[in-house]
Amino acid sequence: MMASNYSVTRSSGATKIAAFVGIMILVALIAAPLWAGRADMRLMGELFLYLALASLWNLMAGYAGLVSVGQQAYVGFGGYMLFALTMFGGLHPVLAIAIAGLLGAVISIPVALLIFRLRGAYFAIGTWVIAEVFRLSFAQVSTLGGGSGSSLPAGIVRSLADSRAGREHLSYWLALGSAAIVIAAVFLFLRSRNGLALTAIRDNELAAGSLGIDIWRTKFVVYIVTAALTAMIGALIFLQKLRISPDAAFSVNDWTAFVIFIVVIGGIGTLEGPIIGTLLFFLLRETLADLGTIYLMVLGAVAIVIMLKAPNGIWGLIRNRFDIELFPLSYRVKPAQKD
Amino acid sequence: MEWVNAILQGALLGGLYALFAAGLSLIFGVMRLVNIAHGDLIVLGAYLGLSVTLVLGVHPLVALVLVVPAMAVIGYVLQRCILNQTLGKDILPPLLVTFGLSVIIQNALLETYTADPQKISAGALETASLSVGGLSFGVLPVMTFVIAVAVIAGLQWVFYRTALGRAFRATSDNQEIAQLMGLNRRHIFGLAMALALAVTAIAGILLGIRTSFDPSIGGGRLIFGFEAVIIGGLGNLWGTLVGGIILGVAQTVGAKIDPGWQLLAGHLVFLLILAIRPSGLFPRIKE
Repeated sequence: MMASNYSVTRSSGATKIAAFVGIMILVALIAAPLWAGRADMRLMGELFLYLALASLWNLMAGYAGLVSVGQQAYVGFGGYMLFALTMFGGLHPVLAIAIAGLLGAVISIPVALLIFRLRGAYFAIGTWVIAEVFRLSFAQVSTLGGGSGSSLPAGIVRSLADSRAGREHLSYWLALGSAAIVIAAVFLFLRSRNGLALTAIRDNELAAGSLGIDIWRTKFVVYIVTAALTAMIGALIFLQKLRISPDAAFSVNDWTAFVIFIVVIGGIGTLEGPIIGTLLFFLLRETLADLGTIYLMVLGAVAIVIMLKAPNGIWGLIRNRFDIELFPLSYRVKPAQKD
Repeated sequence: MEWVNAILQGALLGGLYALFAAGLSLIFGVMRLVNIAHGDLIVLGAYLGLSVTLVLGVHPLVALVLVVPAMAVIGYVLQRCILNQTLGKDILPPLLVTFGLSVIIQNALLETYTADPQKISAGALETASLSVGGLSFGVLPVMTFVIAVAVIAGLQWVFYRTALGRAFRATSDNQEIAQLMGLNRRHIFGLAMALALAVTAIAGILLGIRTSFDPSIGGGRLIFGFEAVIIGGLGNLWGTLVGGIILGVAQTVGAKIDPGWQLLAGHLVFLLILAIRPSGLFPRIKE
């Protein structure tokens, strides 16, 4: 058989339908202020921010093998930078979010140089130590409220938009935009040369290294890009909350444990996984929230069972059963079409 | 003299950190497993100790007689039922499963004992002190340090002088060949976790006598234990003791400079050692 009898494609029927449906959903979501209530928009805004955090954590852990339990370091850092830049720098909040991302990238460089010396689970706990250092350091800064934190002054909140509805819509669109941008960025990154290297590392680190991929550099880039985007998401989260304190900003439960559960339950190492996981997480949260701590125990147990019985998560199960993919990332070999 | 005092108190505190770390070091040495729930298991040990002292009205040190075997059984069952299934080349499963366990233990404790801080009462032992050459030492910290040294010496003895220790080392070196020699890997790993959690029970009760605790403090204990292991060198038990002492001294000296600096100073010394000697001061295992 000749090689020319086959063609290699990335897109399939499913990916084309998914792209179309995805764009329709995105349009509907952009128009949400027309059809959704205030409480719904608040909830959706929160959902988008979690989706963005989960997609980023998935890029690091699922593709680059960098399992961090210290991403709250960058969420909190971004939040504090928003407060510092707007309160003392007099910057507009949206500009402050962008600069918080840049500063997140800058601070993640020495952090990466240090914790990249640790491997595997020790890397994970090392990132947690870093997050603790961030938390304890910000608790020492008395101009930012020290251990008890501070609120965003009303003047800065008003600078976002004049009316309350305007502010709510803007913060909703920022959250939606950040989720869309993060997913698009991760998608495009994975389709790029660097992304191909990353996928190769995920599949077999040894083989990837022997093919000339600079594993350290690839992971380093992923870590820094993730830190920058996570810091921006953190700034957005605390722009919604309007109040920050070291314990809330650097909470391992809120910004890392939940995110890990989302990714594991949805399916680690896929783009679809975090989306499914986020939807399921919010569904569980909204229905089981009255159970209090029991709900968290259920969440922990679900994560353990999924990790043991279906390590590829819900999306993994679906993909194995139907062999579909919503984001065109892998290559498929098909017999060439006759003219 | 004040500084000498701070350093000595810190070294004694390091004994407690070494106890937090000994279990981590042991199971890492045997099966390369890092247990993220370790801190929460220490807190579980403290709560079991509290319950036993309250229900039976015995001294907390007597409660050890019940809590140590209870934690050992929990460890064995946990390893056989859940953790053994996660061991393999991929580091994600053990990490995420123990992370899930951590959340479950934390919230189960919250549900059972509420979020109110608790303390194990040990009567006169809590306040007794010794005076040596112008310095005064609490009997409890001294006792904790002596127990830490004894526990580590005991683990070292088990590791290098007993049949069980030989089995540990054999499985750690090569699981397949150990299996061929008739060792049941799953059982050996269960015993290693049982031993680790027995130590955890001791650490938990001593922690509970020393300070108040609540269900949320496990993460912090895990971090101290982890730092002691890394400072000392992976898989090296005596190194772990040295790591604990360095961490304890860093914290008390930091607190002396500024009370807000206690934990920060410990973490910074850890990061400094990581920057200079990434594999710790006395590494035994190449990772």
